[in-house]
Amino acid sequence: MPLDRSYVGRSFPPTAPYQVGREKIREFAAAIGAEDPAYVDPEAARALGYPDVIAPPTFPIVVTAAATQQLIDDPAFGLDFSRVVHGDQRFRYTRPVVAGDELVCVNTVEEIVERGGHEFLTTRTEVATAAGEPVVSVWSKLVVRGQA
Amino acid sequence: MTPGEALAPQTFRVTRADLIRYAGASGDFNPIHWSDRVATAVGLSGVIAHGMLTMALAGRAVTRWAGAPDAVLDFGVRFTRPVTVPDDDTGTEVVISGVVKEVSDGRAVLDLTATCQGQKVLGQARATVRVP
Repeated sequence: MPLDRSYVGRSFPPTAPYQVGREKIREFAAAIGAEDPAYVDPEAARALGYPDVIAPPTFPIVVTAAATQQLIDDPAFGLDFSRVVHGDQRFRYTRPVVAGDELVCVNTVEEIVERGGHEFLTTRTEVATAAGEPVVSVWSKLVVRGQA
Repeated sequence: MTPGEALAPQTFRVTRADLIRYAGASGDFNPIHWSDRVATAVGLSGVIAHGMLTMALAGRAVTRWAGAPDAVLDFGVRFTRPVTVPDDDTGTEVVISGVVKEVSDGRAVLDLTATCQGQKVLGQARATVRVP
């Protein structure tokens, strides 16, 4: 079933807030082998002007990947995740994610194009604090493989 | 950083244990990253690394070059080829290299190259960082 083209330009309702924990950031930093003290030591982060430990650049994917469930859960959209391959990923930061952030995601379907029997879905997720402060804009291009 | 400057390549080892750890930390439990049975069933040669793990390693290289964990302003990649990770103690290696494309207004644009076993695994990989 192809993706419903009428979703292009449509935004989904804001997701429930994601509470960024200090230990989650430490766990993520350890998993990618990142050793900068600002990822683990609140004092090191404070020395850089942040209230608590900061997250490595790709950490927002943890938050946005969970938010993408919204698109999968909408049967009318027609996104079959078992046929999805990650194509492109981009982050544009206002500031790093900081432990203690409560992050809300707004997903927008930016583009759907078909090429070579596959569909290319571009989503933009605006990640902001629950108070409305922008943190990072996240683009993902997903390739939905055609059923040959 | 000056335009045209080549940044020293950085090498990162990736083993099966790293994939398990990344799956847990990221919440991406797609079995192609831990099950050879599933990976080969979908046409891969074996278990592959999460694309986002490769991007995270490129991010480590970028923050190290920039000299600050919060220097990255914009970061984008295309996943062009899978990083196959053998089921042994040594795994594989991802090498990240970079060239300074332009510098202006306290920002540097870096063009990144990621290779595994001599083949490029990322395309259009670019980061914009704050420079002192």
